[in-house]
Amino acid sequence: MLDYVTGYLSSNVTPGQAGNWVWALIYILLIFLGISLAVMGMVWLERKILAHMQIRLGPMRVGPHGLLQPIADSLKLLLKEDIIPENADKVVFWLAPLMVVIAAFTVFIVIPFGPTHAVTDMNIGILFMLGVSSLGVLGIIMAGWASNSHYPLMGSLRSSAQMVSYEIAMGLAVVSAVLMTSFNAGGSGTLSMIGIVQAQAAQHTWFAFKFFPLGLVALFVFAVAMVAETNRAPFDLPEAESELVAGFHTEYSGFRWSLFFLAEYTAMLAVSSIAVTLWLGGWMRPFPSWHGPAITIPNFWEHAAPLGAVDFAFSLVPAVCFFVLAAFAFIGTLRMPKHPLMKIQKGGLGALALVLAGIGLVLLIPPVRDRIQDIFWFVAKVAVFMYLYIWYRGTFPRYRFDQLMKLGWKVMLPMGLGVLIATAVVGVLV
Amino acid sequence: MTDPTKSGGASHLDLAEREHTFLDANELVLNMGPQHPSTHGVLRVILKLDGEKVRGTECVIGYLHRGVEKIAENRTYTMFNPYVDRMDYVAAVSNGLGYCEAVEKLLNIEAPPRANYIRVILTELNRLASHMLWLGTHALDIGAITPLFYTFRDREEILKIYEKYCGARLTTHAFRIGGCLYETYDGFEADVKKFVSFVTPKIDEYEELLTTNRIWVERTRGVGVLSGPDCIDLGVTGPVLRASGVKWDLRKAKPYAAYSQFQFEIPTGQNGDTYDRYLVRVAEMRQSLRIVSQAVEGIPEGPIMAKVPKVLKPPVGEIYHSIEAPKGELGYFIVSDGSTQPYRIRVRPPSFVNLQALDKMVRGQLVADVVAVIGTLDIVLGEVDR
Repeated sequence: MLDYVTGYLSSNVTPGQAGNWVWALIYILLIFLGISLAVMGMVWLERKILAHMQIRLGPMRVGPHGLLQPIADSLKLLLKEDIIPENADKVVFWLAPLMVVIAAFTVFIVIPFGPTHAVTDMNIGILFMLGVSSLGVLGIIMAGWASNSHYPLMGSLRSSAQMVSYEIAMGLAVVSAVLMTSFNAGGSGTLSMIGIVQAQAAQHTWFAFKFFPLGLVALFVFAVAMVAETNRAPFDLPEAESELVAGFHTEYSGFRWSLFFLAEYTAMLAVSSIAVTLWLGGWMRPFPSWHGPAITIPNFWEHAAPLGAVDFAFSLVPAVCFFVLAAFAFIGTLRMPKHPLMKIQKGGLGALALVLAGIGLVLLIPPVRDRIQDIFWFVAKVAVFMYLYIWYRGTFPRYRFDQLMKLGWKVMLPMGLGVLIATAVVGVLV
Repeated sequence: MTDPTKSGGASHLDLAEREHTFLDANELVLNMGPQHPSTHGVLRVILKLDGEKVRGTECVIGYLHRGVEKIAENRTYTMFNPYVDRMDYVAAVSNGLGYCEAVEKLLNIEAPPRANYIRVILTELNRLASHMLWLGTHALDIGAITPLFYTFRDREEILKIYEKYCGARLTTHAFRIGGCLYETYDGFEADVKKFVSFVTPKIDEYEELLTTNRIWVERTRGVGVLSGPDCIDLGVTGPVLRASGVKWDLRKAKPYAAYSQFQFEIPTGQNGDTYDRYLVRVAEMRQSLRIVSQAVEGIPEGPIMAKVPKVLKPPVGEIYHSIEAPKGELGYFIVSDGSTQPYRIRVRPPSFVNLQALDKMVRGQLVADVVAVIGTLDIVLGEVDR
């Protein structure tokens, strides 16, 4: 049994492919926890960043700079009374949030955080992903229908129309990226998520920059479609607050509502992960084929492969990031008002600074450093998309329904189709 | 299913004519409000929808009715003055100005020039505050959440000036019948000048966020179109009327207070759509700043209160006096029976009259436009219901 578990550690494939279900389960748990934590962090960041864009401070009361606000929020939601409207279809009402959450989380099975850091690697990974992520709309329709109320119904109908229209543009953009994987010596493309990243490594370019500007246009189409797909501003019509109160989750409260919330953010992370994997080189660091002059560090722990100076510099980035965060927290500790009531907050922020610095130190240890890099770069790229989501929300007004449809069918769809055809033509000619 | 001869026709649109039945699957009656995020208070709009298309609307008002006009009949003229602040509570100073001037006209007295200048400064600042609040909430209705905070930040500066002047921020009760009660505080002129130079670039900031924003333009252009003749038929006044190309502003047409002494333009639009109304109001904000800076420069010395008897007993008669409030023509019709209390006061509130246009503006448009149109009408339910 122990051999079975430890045996995987020397393997070069994902636990799913190695057939090691224990590690697959561990990965699933890790991803589940990681996503849930990321959603909590994302909520805090969104509130803070949006607040600073809007000349406010955002949460400041619960913990230093409101760091504990997400925990307080989720506690509040869990403790709230669970209301099911009297005339609602109770079973469907109960099932809808589960459906949405499961669809959002299942996608992460095939997302590669690193060459081996995925639950499994399917040979139809991207297809699986698109299929499962579009299941979420079913849950939204169910929620809208089961609520037996006008606003949710309209919200869910809007949502379904919107998701179906944008899925097409999205799919076309994805196909153009998949097509790019086949432009190699062997001429064999792949639908596997890991395969797509490896194809980018083999072709020495991120697909966003391949056949400039075709890759960028495809990424743009996908980036617009994914905002629409996740019902976020400026395409947040299904939950348009000023029109439909809260859209499809108007009648939901407490835990069920928080499931929708969780699903929304998980879906955002999922589609951003697809974008990162398909166009931005997945887990690869920037300039992956630039190694720099070989260096040797004496008396260092034994190290696999010859170490380039650039490789080494990039491998320090995760640790440096944590040190910078720790420095921010430390400066924040020093700048805390000298008031007896602030002592706990001060202590908390100081402890956070220490923890962050500690993580930074751990990330300096060579074996950890090597293995964590992939995940770090993947998360960093996803974070860029997450920031964009917040930025859109702070900047754009909301589209109207017919304008949204017009944009989807008359602009995004031809654009996606054009990019696909152009990619095929250019690929054959080049 | 509905009768094909009727669907889409004008008769089909009539609310009263057709009764909603369960089998009438094409129509959905949606109750918007009184608890709804973007009906600006407690307005209830019954929407008849065909999918997302609006087939008809019906406004239900009165949720904020406090009987202000009836209260007036049991108060003396002086006592009623603070009540008018509670009608359009985002433009309380304008309400006060209208009421005070109406009673002054009835009593045949005139406020001294200095008082008139103070009145103009505070009222124009109030117009700015009202338009800022409108811009923020209107943008919020259309989905842009950021401008709200910018406008509220700048509106705060106006409220600070009010607070320094008379102690109150919102329902200021700034003016009295016959002039002003309070002399300007030390540094009032400097404060106002500072505000003008502070807020001028801020208005550019709002415009930067919205005027050329593609989504904003798409959401507002051609939405809720109201032609000039339609406006006049419905009695619509204020920026809504001016955006339809009718150059009618009581500050120019029938100058009151000290308005005849200032240089300013009346911004007008051409299309009468939501986008033009937005442009007109933003241009009006700039004109208000122009008036304010002129008034601060030229403010005369002298008394701030006319000779007014302790007990106000206007002669028997009636008077109608109207001013250009931020939302349109605000008129007071006062009937005096010679006693200390008015026999009847009737307020002609701009919001109430403008709200009539809602149905005409949203028919055939989408649900999202209803929200945009309610926003662009700039109604305050305190004034609609009184």
